[in-house]
Amino acid sequence: MTSKQAGVLSAALLTAALTVGAGAKADDDTIKVGILHSLSGTMAISETTLKDVMLLLIEQQNAKGGVLGKQLEPVVVDPASDWPLFAEKARELISVHEVAATFGCWTSVSRKSVLPVFEELNSILFYPVQYEGEESSRNVFYTGAAPNQQAIPAVDYLMEQEGVERWVLAGTDYVYPRTTNKILEQYLKDQGVAAEDIMINYTPFGHSDWQTIVSDISAFGSGGKKTAVVSTINGDANVPFYKELGNQGISAEDIPVVAFSVGEEELAGLDTEPLVGHLAAWNYFMSVESDINDEFIEAWHAFTGDEDRVTNDPMEAHFIGFNMWVKAVEAAGTTDPDAVIDAMVGVAVPNLSGGYASMGANHHITKPVLIGEIQDDGQFDIVFETPGLVLGDEWSDYLPDSRALISDWREPLACGNFNVETGKCGGQGA
Amino acid sequence: MRLIRLLRFCAALLALCAPSTALAEEHPLRGQINALAEGGFDHVETIVGDLAATGDPSVVPTLEALGEGDLFYRKDDGLVVIAAKAPGRKYTLSDPLTDEALGEVKRSAVKKIKVNNKLRRAIKAALGGLTLRSPDAATRAAAAEAVFKARDADAIDALDAALAAETDSGVRALMTEARAAAVLGSDLSDDDKLAAVDVLLARGDQEAVAVLASVATGTGPLAAAASDAVTAINNSLALWDGAQSVWYGLSLGSVLLLAAIGLAITFGVMGVINMAHGEMVMLGAYTTFVVQEIIRTSAPELFDYSLAIALPLAFFVAGAAGFAIERGIIRFLYGRPLETLLATWGLSLILQQAVRTIFGPTNREVGNPSFMSGAFELGQITITYNRLWIFIFALIVFALLLLLLRVTSFGLQMRAVTQNRAMAAAMGIRTPWVDALTFALGSGIAGIAGVALSQIDNVSPNLGQSYIIDSFMVVVFGGVGNLWGTLLGALSLGVVNKFLEPYAGAVLGKVLVLVFIILFIQQRPRGMFALKGRSVET
Repeated sequence: MTSKQAGVLSAALLTAALTVGAGAKADDDTIKVGILHSLSGTMAISETTLKDVMLLLIEQQNAKGGVLGKQLEPVVVDPASDWPLFAEKARELISVHEVAATFGCWTSVSRKSVLPVFEELNSILFYPVQYEGEESSRNVFYTGAAPNQQAIPAVDYLMEQEGVERWVLAGTDYVYPRTTNKILEQYLKDQGVAAEDIMINYTPFGHSDWQTIVSDISAFGSGGKKTAVVSTINGDANVPFYKELGNQGISAEDIPVVAFSVGEEELAGLDTEPLVGHLAAWNYFMSVESDINDEFIEAWHAFTGDEDRVTNDPMEAHFIGFNMWVKAVEAAGTTDPDAVIDAMVGVAVPNLSGGYASMGANHHITKPVLIGEIQDDGQFDIVFETPGLVLGDEWSDYLPDSRALISDWREPLACGNFNVETGKCGGQGA
Repeated sequence: MRLIRLLRFCAALLALCAPSTALAEEHPLRGQINALAEGGFDHVETIVGDLAATGDPSVVPTLEALGEGDLFYRKDDGLVVIAAKAPGRKYTLSDPLTDEALGEVKRSAVKKIKVNNKLRRAIKAALGGLTLRSPDAATRAAAAEAVFKARDADAIDALDAALAAETDSGVRALMTEARAAAVLGSDLSDDDKLAAVDVLLARGDQEAVAVLASVATGTGPLAAAASDAVTAINNSLALWDGAQSVWYGLSLGSVLLLAAIGLAITFGVMGVINMAHGEMVMLGAYTTFVVQEIIRTSAPELFDYSLAIALPLAFFVAGAAGFAIERGIIRFLYGRPLETLLATWGLSLILQQAVRTIFGPTNREVGNPSFMSGAFELGQITITYNRLWIFIFALIVFALLLLLLRVTSFGLQMRAVTQNRAMAAAMGIRTPWVDALTFALGSGIAGIAGVALSQIDNVSPNLGQSYIIDSFMVVVFGGVGNLWGTLLGALSLGVVNKFLEPYAGAVLGKVLVLVFIILFIQQRPRGMFALKGRSVET
């Protein structure tokens, strides 16, 4: 027993020495960047790719000479799809590893779980995934789409181009679909769609038996009016959903499905032949035609050593977020969070679709909205693109609670939920 | 290239001044077809309409290719071509009008003519009108369906002509229905429309309702007849709905049965709380993936047999894993359920992460063989082939397992060991050996279930996790240690779930089922079919 205890003790000492050594090294010649994505558990399917893309971006930046003359050093932790663990790992990144900024999270619940940590320890988080909005934090930069950058243009497209009059809002039962559907329902009603022409349906995570729901949708769609499905179905549940659609013979010409969570990565596990014509709304597709996108895809294939790996929208969000951070750090001349947060607003960097993304005062970015149709090779054909860029709207105009709220982190306002009706800062709907 | 340009120019000139003397080499529709390369969706849609209006069957390949997304144009001369993928990032080109091969080009030399859903609908309707007289009965039937959906009054003449020539009674019925749908959208007399309402009433499905609903509004005898027909069809559809729910329930039940039946052996018969059961299912699914991957690369013609090849392999792989688990871990933990639970739980995490490391965290594509794709209509119920096969397969697996337990000597030994271990050992049965084989059998069956589940669910490292709770639920509900209980438990839970779903929603439906099971277990702690006898007490 004593020898075992001694072993544990020396191991602990060794770890401590290593940690101290690493910490001391960081102060000297590297800047640490935290990567907080699940590498195990249910979300690993989506988040592992984002970890890889961050490693690629950091490698590229180091090859260009790093930032402020220092090399960047990635610190990868695995929060294992466990929401409380996200908060612990975030604390570890900031307090123990002293990272200058963190890139991470996928689900809204994981972001909500780390939010207090980033605010308490005053550090920076870049969040790369489309989300439901209704949030604005001084310490978080939202590089994914807000509902007005994805959901609403998609609905507009279906209304105008496909003449859709009946709507099925189908989603997984958690905060992102529920909030998005609330916004969409209000938006559709404002556009004159009657309540009986909207069907809302929620399913549990990982739902795999879609027979009843698909036949309900097909019954709902046979009322003589053109029908479309707006899907906020998350992750794994999409594959059986699309398989069932294909098997029951519902093609995109009959009832098109527009999805906000289905990208190239999700389609990789699927035979897309029966899905041709179903839609997805994103701000980036791998099939975007631009030189910068070709370069990025080439670098990605070289980095992963796999010609079949696809790129997707959240990867582009990290690409934009990381380049923005680099630019802001160089403008501020330091990695001090307060200076960088101030320098971030107004920073503009190229996006992968051949334009520019700039950071707004509400910590959301400008994006083009693209609508793509699924092709038989698992890629998307872009059938629509917004004429200009759209800035993310954090507090939706279509929800009564948040209609009056705006966010502006610049001085002198410096407020994430300013109520323009009462003229006061604070509290949702206050 | 210049020659073609010249020819196009000549053709255009000739078409202008002397259409009857078109050049022998050049097709009169070439100009219109090449115009597909320019402009947006609306422009292309107009041309599709124009091409359809020519009634010339030679445009059919062009329209088909456009709808399939195989129509491209050459960047250097704007010639519209059909392109098929060729190895080495190249395309093989052919002429859409003459079917003449135009050689291979690099992918960057051609550009795809984009289509969207609206355009695809227009193309289908146009093709429907053009292929109504096709020599192939299936093509004619598809054409009639397309015309039915388009409800285009202009198609009536074409349908009348096609009907006069039609010999196949099935296609004839479809064409009559398509004509009825077109008549309701036309400005023909009310008498014609009333006859059309009767035709659609006889069709009696949701699509008929959709057509009828469009004329059911307003007043007059036509609207009244249409709304009566809508009510009549809806009433009969409601009955079919009930039958459909039963089928869906049985199908869900068969999936539950497959997932749970292995557990009925390891947990039900042996009493081992095996949390890694789901991962055995996952191993089976990944075995299917590997088999299909090998077939894809080395023998694509065997693809339809991939599942038959995967079945014994999955049984062997999962069974071997189960054998190793029993010998390596579980045999040291008999009689300590809590430790077994924790150890197998840990094991399930290890297996998941191992698969994630080897195959990657993303979903893997497992294809449906052709006999498992698609659906057929039984009355007004849509039955998909994959669900039907899985249902049959689940029953076969159940029957085989029952036979194994009842009539083989291994089954006899297994039952002897579970009922009275000491006595069985005294009779000369090597009980540890039987334990290991029983566990391997349960795991192997889980592997077989994985082959079936790979057809309807994701093949990802999380596959097993989503079934483990349901499996335990079924086994406990049906009665621990009783195979018949597992069968009835799975099927009844499936049916109850599917009847609740339309009213309560999928989320609440599942909650209600769980509440029901809790109440049921409180009343009958040993499940539906309690096992009686000595083994219960040990």
